[in-house]
Amino acid sequence: MPTLIETHDVSKSYGNFRALSGVTLAVATDEFVSIVGHNGAGKTTLVNVLTGLLRPTSGTVTFKGLDVAGVGPVRLARLGMARAFQLVHIFPGLTVRQTLATAVVSQTGKAFHLLASLDGDAQVRSQVEVVARLFGFEQLDLEARSLSQGAKKLLDVASAFALRPEVILLDEPTSGVSTADKHQIMRVLVDAAKEFGVRAIIQIEHDMDLVSEYSDRVIAMHQGQVLADRTPAEFFGDRELVATVVGKRRARE
Amino acid sequence: MKAAVWVGLGALAALAAAPLVLEPYPLTLLLQFFAYGLALLGLNLLFGYTGLLSFGQALFVALGAYSAAVCTRKLGWHSFELVLGVAVVVAVVVAVPIGLLCVRYVSIFFGMLTLAFGMLFHSFLFKFYLVTGGDGGMLVERPSLFGMRFAEMDKTMFLTRPFYWYALGLLAVGTVVMWRIVHSPFGLHLSAIRENARKAEYLGVEVRRLRLIAFVIASAFAAVGGTLLGVRTGLADPELAYWTHSGNLIFMTLLGGFSNFAGPLVGAGVFIFLQDSLMSFTQYWRLVLGVVLVVIVVLFPRGLVGLAQSLVARLLRRRRDAHAHRNA
Repeated sequence: MPTLIETHDVSKSYGNFRALSGVTLAVATDEFVSIVGHNGAGKTTLVNVLTGLLRPTSGTVTFKGLDVAGVGPVRLARLGMARAFQLVHIFPGLTVRQTLATAVVSQTGKAFHLLASLDGDAQVRSQVEVVARLFGFEQLDLEARSLSQGAKKLLDVASAFALRPEVILLDEPTSGVSTADKHQIMRVLVDAAKEFGVRAIIQIEHDMDLVSEYSDRVIAMHQGQVLADRTPAEFFGDRELVATVVGKRRARE
Repeated sequence: MKAAVWVGLGALAALAAAPLVLEPYPLTLLLQFFAYGLALLGLNLLFGYTGLLSFGQALFVALGAYSAAVCTRKLGWHSFELVLGVAVVVAVVVAVPIGLLCVRYVSIFFGMLTLAFGMLFHSFLFKFYLVTGGDGGMLVERPSLFGMRFAEMDKTMFLTRPFYWYALGLLAVGTVVMWRIVHSPFGLHLSAIRENARKAEYLGVEVRRLRLIAFVIASAFAAVGGTLLGVRTGLADPELAYWTHSGNLIFMTLLGGFSNFAGPLVGAGVFIFLQDSLMSFTQYWRLVLGVVLVVIVVLFPRGLVGLAQSLVARLLRRRRDAHAHRNA
């Protein structure tokens, strides 16, 4: 399987604090990778480095063979990498339709069409409706701020999908969502990925049920380093490892 | 949407007919309204749509007026179409470098930087007497419109008839162009930047570049408004570039409401007539305007148009409820 994202010996320091040290990993086509670890293990820093938001102190980051260290999210979005956030990240005053259309406009390269009519753009409209249907949004003219917490989260993820990315990074897509909703979100996510030809999903996840059920591979982070990179079966088979990465209480469950 | 078009056309027709019924004085106030309306359409793209509050917009209004002065007085170019072209080009040339620097910052930092550039330009106008005429400013000669000089008309007649309609036409064109801009894919990206710039970046929105374009467009609109002001008073005055003038533009925007398209236009109209009647009524007119501003910001943050919208919505709801009640 061809490699999509690769990091080699990536370190990131803030003064004396090493948030990441010597992280080497690769994500290939058709993989669903979960990154697990304690708070402060370096997961979010890693995702920030992968999405070009942070430039690593040393080491290389490549996406589809291109050096993308610190290139910024706009460029990466254009190259085909999208991201949804841990904390709900929406446009409060924009409607569901406008939120999704923002991504579609970027993806179709229409951002500099200053005098074109957005309402009259059938291509944007139909792409927005496809994403909305997939994620179960029916009332497209509701403002994002008026949605429930779960729906806001879903809209955040849906807008990332509306970019039609090749790779999508999800920072705890189900945090702050009820257990019942979590599975629903994950199913929608996996279906949407298939439908849209997303070639790889990388997610940070705390819920070990979801990790074991949906991922092909688990990357365990601990104190800024990759402690283990295994299949879910291997990972959850190693009691000691699970205890280190997610805590003793969770390991006994 | 349909209703908005009809309201717009109705307003245009009424304004076009105004010279046939109104005295010259209110017409010159309307001329002032057309000029500020154009400047505010631009400012609202920057503030209401992109979320950047510029405290230096008067710089570009002044650039427009001084362009008109230099063209008509120094260069002898009287064609107003040429004056407009020069004003727009000058505004763009000045706005690009200033914008490149300013759009790296947001909120108060953006505001302060634009204010600083405005003050810088004001000092330039004051100190470089030979080029700018210093505190006396520069005279603006009567331009020709579509090649016609209207030499047989006195100044008042010129301003309240041909120039009035010309300015109204410019405002109408400017309004249509701005309407299209805010309803374009580009306009949507500007709104996304206002709502959440970080999220917008992750959706592929080129935040800085789009902010710069919005800044340049706003500057060009301000300069066009400035040429109208220059011709109206026959003078390019350094006070046009003073920071209080930028403050007035923001006042007008808040008065009308920046969360909708027409708000700033309404704000400009109300401000101009309110200021004029207060000035003839009391020497403490600034105090009254200040109180009005406080009331607007505290009680009606969506401005007069926002207030009108909610009143209409309430009226419609009440009527619908009454209807439902009768049917029940």
